[in-house]
Amino acid sequence: MKKMLTRLLLVLVMLSIAGFAQAKTLVYCSEGSPEGFNPIFYTAGTTFDATAKNIFEGLTHFIRGTTEIEPGMAESWDVSADGKVYTFKLRKGVKFHSAKHFTPSRDMNADDVIFTFERQWKKDHPFHKVSGGSYEYFEGMSMPDLLSSIEKVDDYTVKFVLNRPEAPMLANLAMDFAVIASAEYADAMMKAGTPEKIDQWPIGTGPFVFEGYKKDAQIRYTANKDYWKGKAPIDKLVFAITPDASVRYAKLKAGECQVMPYPNPADLAAMKADANINLMEKEGLNVGYLAYNTLMKPFDDVRVRKALNHAINKAAIIDTVFQGAGKPAKNPIPPTIWSYNNATVDDAFDLETAKKLLADAGYPNGFGMKIWAMPVQRPYNPNARRMAEVIQADWAKIGVKAEIVSYEWGEYLKRSKDKDRDGAILLGWTGDNGDPDNFLAVLLGCDGVGGSNRAQWCYQPFEDLIQKAKVVADPKERTKLYEQAQLVFKEQAPWATIAHSVVFEPLSKNVVNYKIDPLGGHIFYGVDLK
Amino acid sequence: MFSFFLKRIGVVIPTFIGVTLLTFSLIRLIPGDPVELMAGERGVDPARHAQLLAEMGLDKPLLVQYWNYLTGIFQGDLGTSLVTREPVLREFFTLFPATLELGACAIVIAVLVGLPAGIIAAVRRGKVTDYTVMGLSLTGYSMPIFWWGLLLILLFSVGLGWTPVSGRISALFWVDEVTGFMLIDAFLSDEKGALLSALHHLVLPSIVLATIPLAVIARMTRSAMLEVLREDYVQVARAKGLAMPLVICVHALRNALIPVITVIGLQVGVLMAGAILTETIFSWPGIGKWLLDSIHRRDYPSVQGGILLVSCVVILVNLTVDIFYGVVNPRIRHNR
Repeated sequence: MKKMLTRLLLVLVMLSIAGFAQAKTLVYCSEGSPEGFNPIFYTAGTTFDATAKNIFEGLTHFIRGTTEIEPGMAESWDVSADGKVYTFKLRKGVKFHSAKHFTPSRDMNADDVIFTFERQWKKDHPFHKVSGGSYEYFEGMSMPDLLSSIEKVDDYTVKFVLNRPEAPMLANLAMDFAVIASAEYADAMMKAGTPEKIDQWPIGTGPFVFEGYKKDAQIRYTANKDYWKGKAPIDKLVFAITPDASVRYAKLKAGECQVMPYPNPADLAAMKADANINLMEKEGLNVGYLAYNTLMKPFDDVRVRKALNHAINKAAIIDTVFQGAGKPAKNPIPPTIWSYNNATVDDAFDLETAKKLLADAGYPNGFGMKIWAMPVQRPYNPNARRMAEVIQADWAKIGVKAEIVSYEWGEYLKRSKDKDRDGAILLGWTGDNGDPDNFLAVLLGCDGVGGSNRAQWCYQPFEDLIQKAKVVADPKERTKLYEQAQLVFKEQAPWATIAHSVVFEPLSKNVVNYKIDPLGGHIFYGVDLK
Repeated sequence: MFSFFLKRIGVVIPTFIGVTLLTFSLIRLIPGDPVELMAGERGVDPARHAQLLAEMGLDKPLLVQYWNYLTGIFQGDLGTSLVTREPVLREFFTLFPATLELGACAIVIAVLVGLPAGIIAAVRRGKVTDYTVMGLSLTGYSMPIFWWGLLLILLFSVGLGWTPVSGRISALFWVDEVTGFMLIDAFLSDEKGALLSALHHLVLPSIVLATIPLAVIARMTRSAMLEVLREDYVQVARAKGLAMPLVICVHALRNALIPVITVIGLQVGVLMAGAILTETIFSWPGIGKWLLDSIHRRDYPSVQGGILLVSCVVILVNLTVDIFYGVVNPRIRHNR
């Protein structure tokens, strides 16, 4: 009897699993829990994966696997001759998702676009303060300064008027903070007395419909049958939240998930050798750098900066710190970004040149300084302490005695911005939108001094070039300007450009058509299971 | 008994206030700024930084912040998470059942295995069984949880495929949350096989979390039993010809249990600490992992509120243990 019962139970389990398996379910072992379900409030990639990348869409899209722009919720657009007016023609027939508590009665239109941006922009908007009212990306991309007005021309036409020309505008609109939310949903929730519900239960137009979230455990989606590009090949998508990289790998091997992000560098060799795993790789959209404080002596002298750059053995860093999963950087932007200047000549590892430059600058016996090493692992720097030690040893050969210092991450970021900061700091950047402006202006522009410009470097010839590139609409002309800017950067050496890392993504062999997003996201539309 | 109970409660109140003060000051003593952590490499300008601090209520003097925190507690408000913007109390009670379920299973395993192991070791003192039990318990006690958990995953989940790697239930099931306890919810749900999957997922994390308490209970039971077995009344019972199992279970064990119960009570604190690592390895969505994330993010209200609530649980368990003493051993009740 007992045996029979056990068998019956087993059969039931198998049947239920088989029934579920008929629906194609892809399980993604995500690395963490989303901070929330409205991407406009947050800056973490984990949150964007769970929301913007799969549930929502912006006016423009990045073509999957690239940083190129394609039409999204906007079918087409016109830019005025002065570059200040963008007129978007919206796509017709785009449907918002339904949920138990909301069924849309109309398609996406201009009201939704205006609601999306005015909520973040206008302090008197009825939804501005809902759920905390802090819009870090919108602020960080200087949208409040940039926008002059957003006007509804008709139901399917919206006009953005800017205060100044902004060439990266279309790329900015493809970013996660600019995804289109439903104004009708917001109205309905406001009437129901639960306005914050729109930030807890996402309703978008994207390829996957949110089904539920079990905190710190699982997020579940179903494919959107009404998706304007056609239903996704998979039927269900599950994010199984698995914070530890070794456990994610174990789950992938045990077949409990099919895609995992951020593998341990130490596991890569085993993954490559595993016949059941397809280890994809792509050059990351990032740069790891060492920024000198150009406002302080002796780093205000370009000869000193050049000397230090010549004394860094990048090949050794790639071997020891990146374990081969990186490429030496010669420009402040990665090679995957358009306008990357391949003609730039890197500062070769040459101790004699370094010593000579130091002597010319008046430091024949070197000097003492600090190297700041980050306390955290980042894609652009997997082990800052180790990197600092390699640099320290290299510099000792030219008489520069470097002391390695570190602080808690929040403290590190805060102190790194100080204009009187001592020494050189290890840091890096991962691009937001694939536009060179997002690296060069943010990290090296005069506006960033005392902030994101950790070299505190404001050099007018460079500034003129990047400011001009910001307002020029012609991509060819922009490319030329950025190429020139990279040469100026190299000649002035406010940083030692260290490396661009390679991003790895292990998948089960039965996953097809997955593409690594150069912007660091995890996008599942178009992915299928064999 | 009532005055004994009141005295115990009297000790709990200052402990509770001490905990609020400690958590409030400790998290602020760790360097790090929640706004900077939120902004990352991009950073925020000083004006925006000040504005965000003000919105979080972190611009006020520390004494005012502490006062607001204390008054909030007495109104049942532990604040709102700086990251998720959810009330701390709601987040805690969403996740607490998962930790409770895991902790309860772990303590059951620890007691069911540790107690008999300790008794056997005491009875067979100086023999191979004794050395084996003591050797294994010492190994268990000194095992780093993280390494132990990964080892079991690699062996049983990846190598043998007997148990799932992590989580509370297979990703193929979606069980509606009724009580928050997965075993109960899976039992109540219509999803066939959910209960079996939930049980399956509980095996490895419970064993890992039970390892240290099990070792401590086994060692404590052994030494307490050895002491009791030397007592005159046990000798008398044996001289009267009572069977050994009867002597142990009826006469010796009850007296030996007193220090063991104290240790079990104290192990609740150890379990909570162990839960942080166990939950991280097994992607177990409980408060251990949540607290760790909150500390990393400098989410002050979540850390303060979470630790306060965990401390309340530990205090309550120990209070219960103290009261339970009286039941087990009337001498304690009457002496006080």
